[in-house]
Amino acid sequence: MLALHKVSKEYGTRHGRRQILKDVSFKLCRGENLGILGRNGAGKSTLIRLISGAERPTSGRIVRGMSVSWPLAFGGAFQTHLTGLDNLKFVCRVYGVDYKPLVPFVEEFTELGVYFREPVMHYSNGMLTRLAFALSMAIEFDCFLIDEAMVVGDVRFHERCHVELFHKRKDRAFILVTHEANVIKLYCKNACVLHEGELLSFPSVDSAYDFYQTSMAERPEPAES
Amino acid sequence: MDTKLSASLQQSFRIQIHVLRALLMREIITRFGRQNIGVLWFIAEPMLFTLGVATLWSAIRVHADSPIPIVAFAVTGYSSVLMWRNSATRAGAAVEQNKALLFHRNVRVIDVLLTRICLEIAGATGSFIVLSLLFIFVGWMPAPIDLLEVAFGWIMLAWFGTSLALLIGAGTAFSNVVERLWHPGAYLLFPISGAAFMVEWLPSDFQRVVLLLPMVHGIEIVREGYFGNVVKSHYDVGYMAMCCLGLSLVSLYLVREASRRVEF
Repeated sequence: MLALHKVSKEYGTRHGRRQILKDVSFKLCRGENLGILGRNGAGKSTLIRLISGAERPTSGRIVRGMSVSWPLAFGGAFQTHLTGLDNLKFVCRVYGVDYKPLVPFVEEFTELGVYFREPVMHYSNGMLTRLAFALSMAIEFDCFLIDEAMVVGDVRFHERCHVELFHKRKDRAFILVTHEANVIKLYCKNACVLHEGELLSFPSVDSAYDFYQTSMAERPEPAES
Repeated sequence: MDTKLSASLQQSFRIQIHVLRALLMREIITRFGRQNIGVLWFIAEPMLFTLGVATLWSAIRVHADSPIPIVAFAVTGYSSVLMWRNSATRAGAAVEQNKALLFHRNVRVIDVLLTRICLEIAGATGSFIVLSLLFIFVGWMPAPIDLLEVAFGWIMLAWFGTSLALLIGAGTAFSNVVERLWHPGAYLLFPISGAAFMVEWLPSDFQRVVLLLPMVHGIEIVREGYFGNVVKSHYDVGYMAMCCLGLSLVSLYLVREASRRVEF
């Protein structure tokens, strides 16, 4: 189980400290999923980074009773001089997994061909996204964190991600954060809205969606953080 | 690690080994690449530095009247400088340059720093050994008199280099003023670090000042082990150990604080 207990996060700015997340609490078990809606700058990515453990909360507690992935399809960790294969090896070594059995899956999923053994700096954006997603799938986690990953890429890529994540790994947990309400409607059974630093839960995905639409209409977009 | 999966000490140790190995392999390939001599650059690079300095010092006849052969003097001196200066310099930018890796929860600030420190120390040590063997073979340098003492001095220098590098690395994560100050600092420390002189050759007032620097003691130990008593050595193992211990504690505290404060 994954549990957040009154998690808050502040950042220092030149105009004093700004609270991004305020007493966020929820629990998630294996096999469950949660969609978190929030507009740009609402703190979605911050929340994902806190859950993944890359950053620490200012206050509150995060209890990880199951293994939690890094933010899915996150490509920022690619070193441009390394090849796709090097990056696979790196991720496998960090998590203590043998990389050899995973090579066929990653090669097949990324459709990189000879580029799998070429430096990442020669990749197109699409190739990078496919590699990032494949690496995230190569390590088996109990809970996957998905930060807008489904929004990028073409239709074929979407479908393949869909199969990997929501069919082959439907026994796991996942948290999907996005500003794209339709994605949540499509994939999630539960939905929350991240609104002015607070995580508001709703009895159904539809009611969360309605609230989100109304709040979008009411207020102008907050500044991107 | 803040996972409440409460890993046992043994598991944590295994994770630590996995992570350091992964980072080392990655750093070696990213830094030296696969072109030409590739990974061998990690020894060749410090070797070229030391060779250059040895040539320069021989040419301008530094300490021409000393009983220590100048090549041997330069190799022991400059290799020792590499131990603390290069690791600290490489550690400075380490966190910023590897920030994206911290998205993997098991990769922490200390891992990123230790990786660079290990690589620098291994490179400096390799270069010291290869150059010594080479010069001993062609007869420009005597064989060390007390190999164990050389090794001991070297380990002390490695300890000092590691704690200093952790300090600079973690300090830079707080404020890049630390790194900006380090570069002129390293430049100014080099001439008084004991690489280019033996403490014995200095006026006694100046000796006391210079001996405040921990690395001077390390180099003196290395040279005593190497050349024996041809020149009297001045060092205090206890003083150097206390300095390193104090520095290590402060550095480790700062590293922990830095990893709590990492923001993306």
